[in-house]
Amino acid sequence: MTMENAPAAKPIAPPRPKGRLRQALDSDIFYSYRRSPVTIVASIVAVSLILMAILAPWIAPHDPFNPASLNLMDGFTPPMSQSAFGDNWFLMGADNQGRDVFSTIMYGSRVSLFVGAMATLFAITLGVTLGLTAGYNGGTVDAIIMRIADIQLSFPGILIALLIFGIARGVIPANQQESMAIWVLIVAIGLSNWAQFARTVRGATMVERQKDYVSAARIIGVHPVLILIRHILPNVLGPVLVIGTIGLALAIIEEATLSFLGVGVPPTQPSLGTLIRIGQQYLFSGEWWILFFPAVTLVLLALSVNLLGDWLRDALNPKLR
Amino acid sequence: MLAFIIRRLAQSVLVMLFVALIAFIVFRYVGDPITAMVGVETRLEDQEIMRERLGLNDPVIVQFLRFIGNAMRGEFGISYRLQQPVTELILSRLPATLELAFASATIALVFGLVLGVYTALRPRSFGSAIIMAASLVGVSLPTFLIGIALIYIFAVELGWFPSFGRGQVVDLGSWRTGLLTESGIRSIILPAITLSLFQLTLIMRLVRAEMLEVLRTEYIRFAKARGLTQRAINFGHALKNTLVPVITITGLQLGSVIAFAIVTETVFQWPGVGSLFIVSVQVVDVPVMAAYLMFIALVFVLINLIVDILYYVVDPRLRVDGGGAGK
Repeated sequence: MTMENAPAAKPIAPPRPKGRLRQALDSDIFYSYRRSPVTIVASIVAVSLILMAILAPWIAPHDPFNPASLNLMDGFTPPMSQSAFGDNWFLMGADNQGRDVFSTIMYGSRVSLFVGAMATLFAITLGVTLGLTAGYNGGTVDAIIMRIADIQLSFPGILIALLIFGIARGVIPANQQESMAIWVLIVAIGLSNWAQFARTVRGATMVERQKDYVSAARIIGVHPVLILIRHILPNVLGPVLVIGTIGLALAIIEEATLSFLGVGVPPTQPSLGTLIRIGQQYLFSGEWWILFFPAVTLVLLALSVNLLGDWLRDALNPKLR
Repeated sequence: MLAFIIRRLAQSVLVMLFVALIAFIVFRYVGDPITAMVGVETRLEDQEIMRERLGLNDPVIVQFLRFIGNAMRGEFGISYRLQQPVTELILSRLPATLELAFASATIALVFGLVLGVYTALRPRSFGSAIIMAASLVGVSLPTFLIGIALIYIFAVELGWFPSFGRGQVVDLGSWRTGLLTESGIRSIILPAITLSLFQLTLIMRLVRAEMLEVLRTEYIRFAKARGLTQRAINFGHALKNTLVPVITITGLQLGSVIAFAIVTETVFQWPGVGSLFIVSVQVVDVPVMAAYLMFIALVFVLINLIVDILYYVVDPRLRVDGGGAGK
C-alpha cells in the first residue's frame, strides 16, 4: 500500500501522468480519510456549515434583512420558544430587533465564508505569482520580493490588515465606503497573508527549476511564463493547498476579529464577527443566546477547516505515511 | 562577528526606512493634513499660507527627510482627534500595554514550559491527549472570544475579577503602574491570560517537539546507560538543550504580543496603545496611525536584532541568514 503510493505527491514520469496521478492521489487520500474519524466529523461539520451558508436565502426560516418580516415585539425571545406577542417560533432565540438568531447566523456565515474565501484566493494568487517569479528568476527580483515577504511575515497579519483598512478608509470617499467595505476587507486580509504562499512556492520552484524537464522545456524554447504555468505550477501546488486550507481558517478568524473590533464589514451585512459584537452588549444582561450561537458557529467553522488542513498536510506528506 | 553585527544593523536600518516610507505615505497622502487640521471652512488663502508654513509645498523627498528627522526626535505631529502631541499620547499609554505584554509573556513561558515538558515525557498519557486537543482548540479560538468567555465566567458569574479597566494605578514619575495595587493586580489577570493563550500553545508545542527530538538522541541514551536518575536526564540534559529555540521564539513573540494586545485591550477596555490605535483607525487619525506603525516596527526590529545577535553568540554553528521571525 504505502510503497506503491509513496511517489504520489511527487511528479510522475511522462507516460500518462494525469490519469495515474489522480488515481493514486484519490485512493491514498481516501484511505487516510477513512482512517481518521476526527477528519470525517470535521469534514461533515465543515460541509454542512458551508452548505447552510450558501443556501441561506432559500432555507433560512426568516429573512432577517427584510424589515417587513420583523416584529420588534419578538425581541429577546429566548431559544426554543414562541414569541410572547406573535406566533413566531425561534430555534436559537431572537436578538434585540426581533431577528431570528438562527437566520442571521446563516446569512452571517455567508458573509464570513465569502470574505474568507475571497481573501484566501487573493492571497494565493498574489503569493503564488510572486513566489514563482522570485524562485524562477532568482537574483535581484528574488531578493526584493523575499525581503518584503520577510518584513511582512515578522508583523502579525491583523496589524497589517488594520493598517490597510485605515488607509483605505482615508482614501475612499465617504459615500462609497459602505459598498466598498467588503472588498477593502478582502484586500486587507489577502495582503496580510500572501507572504507564506510566496515563501513556500519560491522554495519549491527553486527545487523544480533545477530538474531536467524544466531544462528540456527551456532548451526547446518554451516561453518562461508558459514553463512556469504549465510545468512548474502543477508541481508546487500541493503545499499551497495545505497552507490555503489553514489560511482559510485564519482568514475567517481574522475577518471575525476585524468585524468584532468594528472595522470590518458594514452593519448592513453582518458577518459572524459583527453578530458577536452585537451579542456582547447583551451578554451581561442575561440574553446569552445572541452571542453564544454565532460564537459557536464561528469556532466550529474555524476548527473544522483547521482540522481538515492538518489532515491534508499529513495525508499529502509522504514522509509521514 | 563585528561584520555580522554591522550587516545586521544595516538591514535593520533599511527595514526601518522602508516602514518610515510607508508611514510617510500614509501620513502625507491619506486625507489632506490641512483640511484635517483646520477644517474646510478656512479661506483658501489661509490654507495656502499654512501649507507653505508646514512645508507641504516642498519637494516630496525633502518632506520625507524631514519626516524621518522628526521621527528620530520622536515628533509625529498632533493627533487630529485629541489635539495632543502624538508622542505624548503614545508614551502615556505605553506602560499599560507593556505591563500587559510582559505579564502575559511570563504566563505563556511558565505554563508553556511546564505543559510542554509534561506532554513530551508522557506522550501516551490521558493528560497529554487532553492538553494537545485543548491546544488545538485554543489555536482555533479567536482571542476576542476567549476574552469574552473569561469575562463572562470570572467577572460576571463568579465576580472574582473586574471585567474592564486597569484598576488603581500608582504614579512612578513618568510610569503609571497598575502592578502595585491590589485592584491593579486583579485587573491584569484576565487580560494577561487572554493574551497569553496563543503564545502558550505555541511555546508548549515547541517545547514538546524539541524535547521529543532530544530524548531520542544518543547522549540521552548514554546518560541512561550511565545510570543517571530520570530527573537528571530529563531536566539536566534534555530540557537544557531545548531552551535555546524556546527563548528565541519567546523573544520574537514579544513583538507579536504587543501587536495582538490591540484585540485584548479592546475587549477589556484596557487603556493601552492598542486601543488608541483602534480608535485612530476608526476615525482615520493619521498621525497616530503613522506613529504607532513606526513604534511597532521599531519594537520588532530591535527584538529581531537582539535575538539574532544572541543566536550568533550562543551558537556559532548556526548559519544565520538574515530575515525575521520565520518558522
